[in-house]
Amino acid sequence: MTSTSTRDLVSQPYKYGFVTDIETDKIEKGLSEEVVRLISSKKDEPEFLLNFRLKAFRHWLTLEEPDWAALGYEAIDYQNIIYYAAPKQQAKKASLDEVDPKLLETFEKLGIPLSEQKRLSNVAVDAVFDSVSIATTYREKLAEHGVVFCSFTEAVKDHPELIERYLGSVVSSNDNYFAALNSAVFSDGSFVFIPKGVECPMELSTYFRINSGDTGQFERTLIVAEEGASVSYLEGCTAPMFDTNQLHAAVVELVVLDDASIKYSTVQNWYAGDENGVGGIYNFVTKRGQCRGARSRISWTQVETGSAITWKYPSCVLQGADSVGEFYSVALTNNCQQADTGTKMIHIGPRTRSTIVSKGISAGRSSNSYRGLVQMGPRAKGARNYSQCDSMLIGDQAAANTYPYIRSQQPQAAIEHEASTCRISEDQLFYLQSRGIGFEEAVSMMVSGFCRDVFNQLPMEFAAEADKLLALKLEGSVG
Amino acid sequence: MIRPDAELLLDITDLHASVEDQPILKGVNLQVRSGEIHAVMGRNGSGKSTLSKVLAGHPAYRVTSGTVLYRGENLFELEAEERARLGVFLGFQYPVEIPGVSNLEFLRVATNARRLKRNLEELDTFDFEDHVQERLKVVQMDPAFLERSVNEGFSGGEKKRNEILQMALLEPVVAILDETDSGLDIDALRIVAGGVNQLANADNATLLITHYQRLLDEITPDYVHVMASGRILRTGGRELALELEQTGYDWVDKELAAQGVA
Ligand SMILES: Nc1ncnc2c1ncn2[C@@H]1O[C@H](COP(=O)(O)OP(=O)(O)O)[C@@H](O)[C@H]1O
Ligand SMILES: [Mg+2]
Repeated sequence: MTSTSTRDLVSQPYKYGFVTDIETDKIEKGLSEEVVRLISSKKDEPEFLLNFRLKAFRHWLTLEEPDWAALGYEAIDYQNIIYYAAPKQQAKKASLDEVDPKLLETFEKLGIPLSEQKRLSNVAVDAVFDSVSIATTYREKLAEHGVVFCSFTEAVKDHPELIERYLGSVVSSNDNYFAALNSAVFSDGSFVFIPKGVECPMELSTYFRINSGDTGQFERTLIVAEEGASVSYLEGCTAPMFDTNQLHAAVVELVVLDDASIKYSTVQNWYAGDENGVGGIYNFVTKRGQCRGARSRISWTQVETGSAITWKYPSCVLQGADSVGEFYSVALTNNCQQADTGTKMIHIGPRTRSTIVSKGISAGRSSNSYRGLVQMGPRAKGARNYSQCDSMLIGDQAAANTYPYIRSQQPQAAIEHEASTCRISEDQLFYLQSRGIGFEEAVSMMVSGFCRDVFNQLPMEFAAEADKLLALKLEGSVG
Repeated sequence: MIRPDAELLLDITDLHASVEDQPILKGVNLQVRSGEIHAVMGRNGSGKSTLSKVLAGHPAYRVTSGTVLYRGENLFELEAEERARLGVFLGFQYPVEIPGVSNLEFLRVATNARRLKRNLEELDTFDFEDHVQERLKVVQMDPAFLERSVNEGFSGGEKKRNEILQMALLEPVVAILDETDSGLDIDALRIVAGGVNQLANADNATLLITHYQRLLDEITPDYVHVMASGRILRTGGRELALELEQTGYDWVDKELAAQGVA
């Protein structure tokens, strides 16, 4: 596009880029069996968990970092990362009043007030700062319904039998390079357990904040919905601006039994690096849900706007008969960001159904790839998949790719795939402008129109946020 | 209608403009006053659409010299959206489709942008629904078109009606209608022309760009201009349009040759 007036628009600075000055307990850089043992002992973990970590670590040593994604980045030096950092406050506080005010202030600045007076009225929040969870709101209220919502560390202490039963049962510790790494060194994260027949009375949400510049963040999230249970869960994340890259390698496991459902939404806004690609988070995440029970349902909705590198494929293993998997994704890349993201829908049970709606938006010099697998196993009789992958290009230097993989061993399964690519044209923008609509608003109207099918899936409170976030991210990118 | 106390709305002086470094407009002079209807005619490629886009502020067109004053203000110092808010309207020859953007929402945002400039209250979704229903009548448009994406899958004629609907909502001061008649059957032409007539008043002006006399049977122009090779070659009253219909544009070539312009 040729308009120069628009090229001058200043990019909105990343408003979550501040660093909280707080004393932290960090261990030495580097990764070894000693470090894995140290993390486990710092957390005073039971034997089974130490063994889980060690097995993962030993396996990780035998693996090579994957290179099949359409991503280019300098080799990560795993010995130059700190694997454990925690704000120096004594253990987890019984009440919020005892939490370091600097931490509460940090979350308030991020729009996540935690105090009794200010906290969101219908969302329970687990706030994770660097490697540890500092507070979880509404725990008592949720407990009345039998819902467990707490940090992973607490879950290990209070519900070791659930952790032992479910941890690694969906994403095994040797699943892939980054999952193995996470399994060895994960520090904290969230645990959710919705007992049989319970519909979780409020939205649950975890907010991840990276603060240190040299620390990797490895969280672990485990959500279990027993028979007939249901929950809607949202995760958000931000990080300060550093001119170095931070590694974030998380694992999320979802387990859904008969007639249960989990709706998992993500608004990912890690620091993306500057306009020349300096700094930013390397985001290598393994997310997978298992629909174990009949008629169970997992719905992933993600809005990926941050990170220098995104490598992420939230997937569904559709084991139970008539189970349903959904993946709704908006991935936006600008400047030098690279995203390789998509999903895997593994149809095992009969009449399982999956829907994939992926919207990739690439601006600047960024690269945005959709990579998805739809697999129909021999027992998946009558299974169906519908996939729709749309790309939108902004400017003429961005790249979009689609890599759909289809494997079917079941002749009576139906797979439907649609794809499209469009470009925001100068003429479309001019049309809107010539009706008095400002340039930025014009872009944002077109982008939100493009993303509507996905935004409609977000919990109401966050849909408007997502809209604004995209507009912000695109500021200055067109023209 | 030509009126003695009219305001000079648009004052174009020796306007030159290029697209991709190719000069297209080569010295356009034109004055438009309130209450007037002007017709701009001319062969394909003579620069009519270019003139309209330059006036509306399309970024692909570069003004190389000359001036345009809109109500005394330098038009080229205003961004396209600002021109629109101040009352410059371009009805496109080829309205683009904008998938995913609701026509209703688009019309509401556009209407409010203009209203804000006129110190009128913004209309919320409910008020706007009423407001737009009434304007739909101007072009006899089916409300179902409001529910669709902007122009998406509209027929040629439907797109043109949507343009006039926008004009009815924005109540422009200077409306430039670029070949609003092309692609319309006679019934649709009457409806669109009726809409334009309804909207024309003593305080605004209309610039009709057209190929055909038949639109001018419905909308009576005060002036007719003939464009050729990026300039206005001749100006006359409505009889010039009739003359053109009879004699065609062959005389244009002779005149251009005589002036040493190919
Ligand atoms: N965007 C453009 N890029 C290249 N050439 C253009 C563009 N717009 C107009 N032109 C050229 O300018 C000349 C005038 O075109 P136009 O203004 O569309 O004429 P008209 O509307 O009178 O038919 C033509 O030669 C056309 O090819
Ligand atoms: Mg034209």
